[in-house]
Amino acid sequence: MKIYGVAVLSACFIAGQLIGEVLGIVFHFDGNIGGVGFGMLLLIVLGDWIKKKKWLDAESESGIHFWSGMYIPVVIAMSATQNVKAALSGGWVALVVGVFATLLCFSLIPLLSKLQKKTDLSGSSS
Amino acid sequence: MDFIPKLFAKNELIVAFLVVGLIMFISVLVSKHLLRNKIPGAAVAITLGLILAYFGGKKGIADMPLFAGMAFLGGSMMRDFSIVSTAMGASLSEIKKTGWVGILSLFIGIAVAFFVGGSIGYAMGYRDIKTVATIGAGACTFIVGPVTGAALGASSDVIAISIAIGVIKTVVVTILTPLIAKRIGLDNPQTAMIYGGLIGTTSGVAAGLAATDPKLVPYGALTATFYTGLACMLCPSICYFILSLFI
Repeated sequence: MKIYGVAVLSACFIAGQLIGEVLGIVFHFDGNIGGVGFGMLLLIVLGDWIKKKKWLDAESESGIHFWSGMYIPVVIAMSATQNVKAALSGGWVALVVGVFATLLCFSLIPLLSKLQKKTDLSGSSS
Repeated sequence: MDFIPKLFAKNELIVAFLVVGLIMFISVLVSKHLLRNKIPGAAVAITLGLILAYFGGKKGIADMPLFAGMAFLGGSMMRDFSIVSTAMGASLSEIKKTGWVGILSLFIGIAVAFFVGGSIGYAMGYRDIKTVATIGAGACTFIVGPVTGAALGASSDVIAISIAIGVIKTVVVTILTPLIAKRIGLDNPQTAMIYGGLIGTTSGVAAGLAATDPKLVPYGALTATFYTGLACMLCPSICYFILSLFI
């Protein structure tokens, strides 16, 4: 049943949010630290385990796949509800900082990815 | 005739499904026939969403009663839920391969955004340390800016600027990612995780990767979701302290 898949997804989501909230309290930060990330890790681990044990059939799993298919539509709705006017009215400082700081971060991606490949190679050879 | 707007208001989420479906349909047509598939339909749709948002207000298009449901469909609950669902099918071994470089990318991404953003603000005439720090934090994400500004006691117009910086970053990341993905080697899970950690703005990373290659979304989103929380801790504390040594 599809709802089983959705329920597993919901369980991972809520457990992840709980971990994020607890971390927030531990580090005295008013909010959630990495709740979504922990939810994803839980689903990766739990999903793998459930597949091996064959607890969820394809029909139930399709309940999770429905939501990952809704991901792009949700992002479209999200971009349509951003405060774009405020972003453009923040003046030159906002525009210059927003664009240049972002471009610089982009330019670092190939550098770090080279570093990752190097450590990956040395890691596999040892 | 006033029963029609009432009907739309009563079923706002369903209306939002219809609206997003129409946006997607138009965007796929534009991508196919006008852009010869050079820019994927999802990227066109997200850009179209941003353009529509300009005609709205604080909550973009959702400020119009007819489109109020868009705020729910595109809100943080649905966004986070659907992001988590993409993790099904992500491979644990691919994530382990990225290893410590993924964590390193988070710290480098936050430091570069904060100090480069702050320096540009300083160069453009903002000399007050709290203002410079808030501008730098805004260059992380549009949540880190106001959180840092509030923690340091920056003025509300500076906080507004920091939000604007964060939103512009999201827009730039969303539009630029699919265009330069090939050039920066963004076509594998490891680079996607580094990209998520360096850029950090979850909505931009998620939208940018969705338009580039939906298979990469879980990897980029995984690191990016730790960025805002980490930056909210580092910016008003360690980063601010380092900044105080220079100003």
